[in-house]
Amino acid sequence: MTKRKKGNARLFGFVLAMALIAAACGGGADDTATTGADGGGDAKELTPITLQLQWFTQAQFAGYYAAVDQGFYKDLGLDVTITQGGIDILPATVLDSGAADFAISWVPRGLVPREEGLNITNIAQIFERSATLQVSFKDKGITSVADLAGKTVGNWGFGNEFELLAGLRSAGLDPDTDVTLVQQQFDMLALISGEIDAAQAMIYNEYAQVLETTNPETGELFTADDLNVINWNDVGTAMLQDAIWADADKLESDPEYRANAVKFVEASMRGWIFCRDNVDKCVDIVLAAGPTLGESHQKWQMNEINGLIWPSSNGIGLLDKSLWDQTVSVATTESILTAPPTDGAFRTDIAQEALDNLKAAGVDVNGSGWTPITVELKPSGE
Amino acid sequence: MDSLDEGVDAAVVRAEIRRYERRARLRNVVRRVVVFAAFVIALSLLYSGYKAVGQSIDDAQRDWPVIGSVMPATNDLIMPPISAILSEFDDPPQRRNAKTLGQFIFEASLFTAREAFFGFVAGIVLGLSLAILMLRSRTIERGLMPYVVVSQTVPLVAIAPIIVIWGQTNFGWLPFTWNAWMSVSIIATYLTFFPVAVNGLKGLQSPSAESIELMDSYAASRTQTLLKLRFPASVPYLFAALKLAASASIVGAIVGEISSGVGGGIGRLILDFASRYTTGPERLYASVAGAAVLGIVVFGLISIAERYALRGRAQENPVV
Repeated sequence: MTKRKKGNARLFGFVLAMALIAAACGGGADDTATTGADGGGDAKELTPITLQLQWFTQAQFAGYYAAVDQGFYKDLGLDVTITQGGIDILPATVLDSGAADFAISWVPRGLVPREEGLNITNIAQIFERSATLQVSFKDKGITSVADLAGKTVGNWGFGNEFELLAGLRSAGLDPDTDVTLVQQQFDMLALISGEIDAAQAMIYNEYAQVLETTNPETGELFTADDLNVINWNDVGTAMLQDAIWADADKLESDPEYRANAVKFVEASMRGWIFCRDNVDKCVDIVLAAGPTLGESHQKWQMNEINGLIWPSSNGIGLLDKSLWDQTVSVATTESILTAPPTDGAFRTDIAQEALDNLKAAGVDVNGSGWTPITVELKPSGE
Repeated sequence: MDSLDEGVDAAVVRAEIRRYERRARLRNVVRRVVVFAAFVIALSLLYSGYKAVGQSIDDAQRDWPVIGSVMPATNDLIMPPISAILSEFDDPPQRRNAKTLGQFIFEASLFTAREAFFGFVAGIVLGLSLAILMLRSRTIERGLMPYVVVSQTVPLVAIAPIIVIWGQTNFGWLPFTWNAWMSVSIIATYLTFFPVAVNGLKGLQSPSAESIELMDSYAASRTQTLLKLRFPASVPYLFAALKLAASASIVGAIVGEISSGVGGGIGRLILDFASRYTTGPERLYASVAGAAVLGIVVFGLISIAERYALRGRAQENPVV
């Protein structure tokens, strides 16, 4: 009996030790960014705001991280916390549940849950252009959509494939019979190992990944000269991507929330304008928020993201009705939506107010003089 | 005088036995470590050997009938050399940041271990409570057990987002701020409580009818029987469950991180490197190796705890 007691005492000691170790690990990395309290001189009460991203920290969201880092949100009285996305996290759902105040989502991925009953609305269309490409190696000879006939064509599925399907139809191809569609992983292995002839790629991410990959045949990096690219913006089946979404009911019922929405959009626009004019600084901000990300890859991404926003025809964030209609038209013909969205799926008054404030402050909201820089990608994107 | 001599002799003999036991234990530990290392080396040789053969015959094995289709290609993209994977640990993933991948993996492992630990503890509490509840009556056992089993067939990817959103919106009343990683702990709990409940119940039911009758003859209350007879008898069963649960808590934490978007842990690291696999396959292999080491460490800790808790018990209660 004494022996057993001793054993139990040891066991208790062991569990206690484990608990202490776990508690000591308590100071681990935190994945949220806040405006922080640096030098917090003014005693102004900040309104806490949570922003739900569609994916993990990367330059795709640089404008928001920059607005936190540069204090743009704080200047307008907001304390913004950025929550990263996950594989099974749908920003629209998080927004609707009240766990986030605003969310970043592609337009189709906001409209589908909206049709299913979530009352959310697009308040600022940040990206004017689509970033989705269909990429293939030169030897496949795919220079136009029609060349995809008879080929094995990769796509990510889950709502990422509609520009491709609509594009195929626009070239007179039947997606069911004229091409072999296969689901592709998020990496570019299937393209590089030759399992598929053409792969879906974001111009700011997977396309660059190919250029950061060593060709196992030659031992050198792949180059843009090795690739053919189909750009859906040129084909005319592009769909609108990153936009800021808000809770539509709350905008109507809660004047304070609406006022905060204007402030949030305005400060976010400032963040994006800052990243247009300070690419290197924004890359630093993103790298600090995502310490395992590669530097040259994020710089490439920042430059390409700028190209999706700038030059901005109507001023950043102000939705272009013709591109909206094109998105809706693709969505309905591809049966993503059963009917065009009801009124209130987007509103431009909030973005307009934010733009007016910025213009009054003498900020360039169109970036008509913007030109891309040249980014040299390093192996592994480092 | 005689008796004193005898006493001294007995002490010497006891010390000798203890020394012998210690040496035997040490030998046992060394043997385990050697076997484990040999296994790791054998696997590495198999990997490198297959790669070397594949490279020399230009991956012709992939055209072999039947098995060819499951043979992986052997180029550096699909099968990076082990030396490259190992040297990746010492390589910083960000050019200007001196922090190496190994350091990232270590910190991420601690983060995931913390999520798993709280999930593990909560799983033990929940599992044991369920076991005790089911012990109370056959009806409860029959009513509850199917749900306990069914709970494990619900895919984690389905419940993870629910738990995360639920955590963000419903825990405002807690005295501390609810963190996203705590939702991951709940996901780990979900995987952990099952073996504890099932094996715990089996262990609590393990004492023989005679033992129970003996307790009854002492007029022991249910609680006394539980604490003095059933619980000690269930310890070996529980440890078998805890070993499963510990590994499951790590798996739950990793899967939870991946599907819920909680950053800072090994799951995020794996997802991050998997999504840019072609640009550096070694990084993914290194992070998966890190996750495996974490699982082995946790399993080992429970095994050590089991040894201490069950010392001198092997003969009296030979179960599992």
